[in-house]
Amino acid sequence: MPRDRASSKVPAVLSFLGVLFDGLAYGALLFLISVGLSVTLGLMGFINLSHGVFAMLGGYLLVTLMDRGGWSFAACLPLAFVATALLSLVLERTLYRPLYRSTHLKQVLLTVGIIFVAVACATYFWGPGQQRVTLPQALRGRLSAGGVDLSWYRLFLIACGALITLALIFGLERTRFGARIRASVDAHRTAEAMGIHVDRVFQITFAIGSGLAGLGGALGVNVLGLDPYFALKYLAYFLLVVVVGGPGSIMGTLLAAVLLGVADTTGKYYVPEIGPFVIYLAMIVLLLAFPHGLLGRKKAL
Amino acid sequence: MSEITQPVSTSPGPWWQPLRIRERWRLAEIVFWLGLVAVYFVFPKQLLFGSQILITGLFALSLDLILGYAGIVTLGHAAFFGLGAYTAGLLAKYGVHDPLIGLVLAAGAAGLLGYLSSFLVLRGGDLARLMITLGIALLLSEIANQATVLTGGVDGLQGITMGPLLGLFDFDFLGKVAYLYVLGVSFVLFVLVRALMISPYGLSLRSIRENPRRAVAIGVPIRARLTNIYTFAATIAGVAGALLAQTTQFVALDVLSFQRSADLLIILIIGGTATLYGGFVGAALFLIAQDRLAHLSPEYWLFWLGILLIVTTLFLDAGVMGGLLRIDTLIRRRFAGWR
Repeated sequence: MPRDRASSKVPAVLSFLGVLFDGLAYGALLFLISVGLSVTLGLMGFINLSHGVFAMLGGYLLVTLMDRGGWSFAACLPLAFVATALLSLVLERTLYRPLYRSTHLKQVLLTVGIIFVAVACATYFWGPGQQRVTLPQALRGRLSAGGVDLSWYRLFLIACGALITLALIFGLERTRFGARIRASVDAHRTAEAMGIHVDRVFQITFAIGSGLAGLGGALGVNVLGLDPYFALKYLAYFLLVVVVGGPGSIMGTLLAAVLLGVADTTGKYYVPEIGPFVIYLAMIVLLLAFPHGLLGRKKAL
Repeated sequence: MSEITQPVSTSPGPWWQPLRIRERWRLAEIVFWLGLVAVYFVFPKQLLFGSQILITGLFALSLDLILGYAGIVTLGHAAFFGLGAYTAGLLAKYGVHDPLIGLVLAAGAAGLLGYLSSFLVLRGGDLARLMITLGIALLLSEIANQATVLTGGVDGLQGITMGPLLGLFDFDFLGKVAYLYVLGVSFVLFVLVRALMISPYGLSLRSIRENPRRAVAIGVPIRARLTNIYTFAATIAGVAGALLAQTTQFVALDVLSFQRSADLLIILIIGGTATLYGGFVGAALFLIAQDRLAHLSPEYWLFWLGILLIVTTLFLDAGVMGGLLRIDTLIRRRFAGWR
């Protein structure tokens, strides 16, 4: 998190508002990346530690296309979504699928293996350093409103998060496909017996979720940072969002992502020495207090 | 009871007969340990590396207890290894130079952490367990990173001076005493673990892994069993960490890292779970391969490690030890047919 708000002249309340705002933007990114993981975990009970790889891929695609291909930022975002979704379909067919009914240990091992391969490939193609993107003119700079100055880019992130949340909720609650997903999450076998092709539902959900992760990764290059170890570094965060929110619950994931984003940002801003410490402690305490997640259905995982 | 265990042995006898047969040391086991003694004479220049393998093997054995036998999935076993390493290192730095006292205290510290954290870990399902074990390890790692005054932070804990072993043998540069020390401690702990896993206690752990409901039905106290095996495994991991700190006289921050926990899982899976020897075999293969490959470039190594992991989980089930045991059974069956 950037510490560009360190000027002591700003009143404490206003600077706090600014930090809160940063936290919201951060939470929006965490939500975008984790929501797919939440739905797939709720749907199949598949523990996918490699979900962050899709976010990383989205980020690298954006950087490459903008830097070397000369593409515009706006054109890269949908492409990051589509390309990641397509790749995830391939991986789902070849690697993940055989282990759906296998033990959790095997799922962990497989997905850790995928992370390792991704780290190695990212280092090979893009080098070990941090990547940055040059944002388009319209998203640079700050907006000063009532003494608080907010960066346009973070406003944009929050808007994206809100928009996608609305779209997801609409899709899940109001469309036939959404009803199929809900049915499959609630009662896998019954849904199958009613003629819902749970496998197909899962496949599409997985692709959309991974695509969103790719989009989140692309949007987050300048906020979260991007290096080959991205998927490992944020592994605990993504899992935390999902588990605290309750697997399979979109609102739960949103709530957890925003809480975590704000808590992490304020922690790193006000007490930088123990920032990460606070998050891990919060993770353990929350897991013990809400074993099924904040808004999750009671389903043992 | 006797009818259930009967297939193990065909000879009629009292109910404990099958346990007796399981308890017997096989020829291959004796060869294995004698081979480790022989390494001392055959490879006198590789003893430091040999100690590393043994320590990692012991660490993997401790993971095998909870993962292989009891079926508890963890991503943070390095927490206990690291705590043991830092405890032993700090003791040796600030006055307690005797290795054995340091070893016992480090084991105690790791065991205590294991006991306390077992209540957190054993509450939830697999996912919650993964998260909590991961969280505890990350938490400790962050503490070690921040408490630079005590641990040296990223630079590692330096200035460890070890006294002579048993007051008689000084640790030398070639690692001769270190190797024998590590081998001795590993063997003693291994015998203990072996006896424990062959006993009805060990069988009850397997029953919990295979079918918790039935285990409850036949009267296995699941919570108590899991709590004490978790504590015991943490203790052994602490000993392994302490051995590393004492023999290398240095503790790096990576003793607590996620990478170490993940590598350990890989080692155990390569070697084979619930086989007692899987950890040692896996450690040897893993560390030798790493030694050969990693100097090319760390990412190269990580790539092949990942591929290996994916292939192993998709296609190979039981690891190297599982494969060896399968061959062994085949041969035995063939010979039994001839007789």
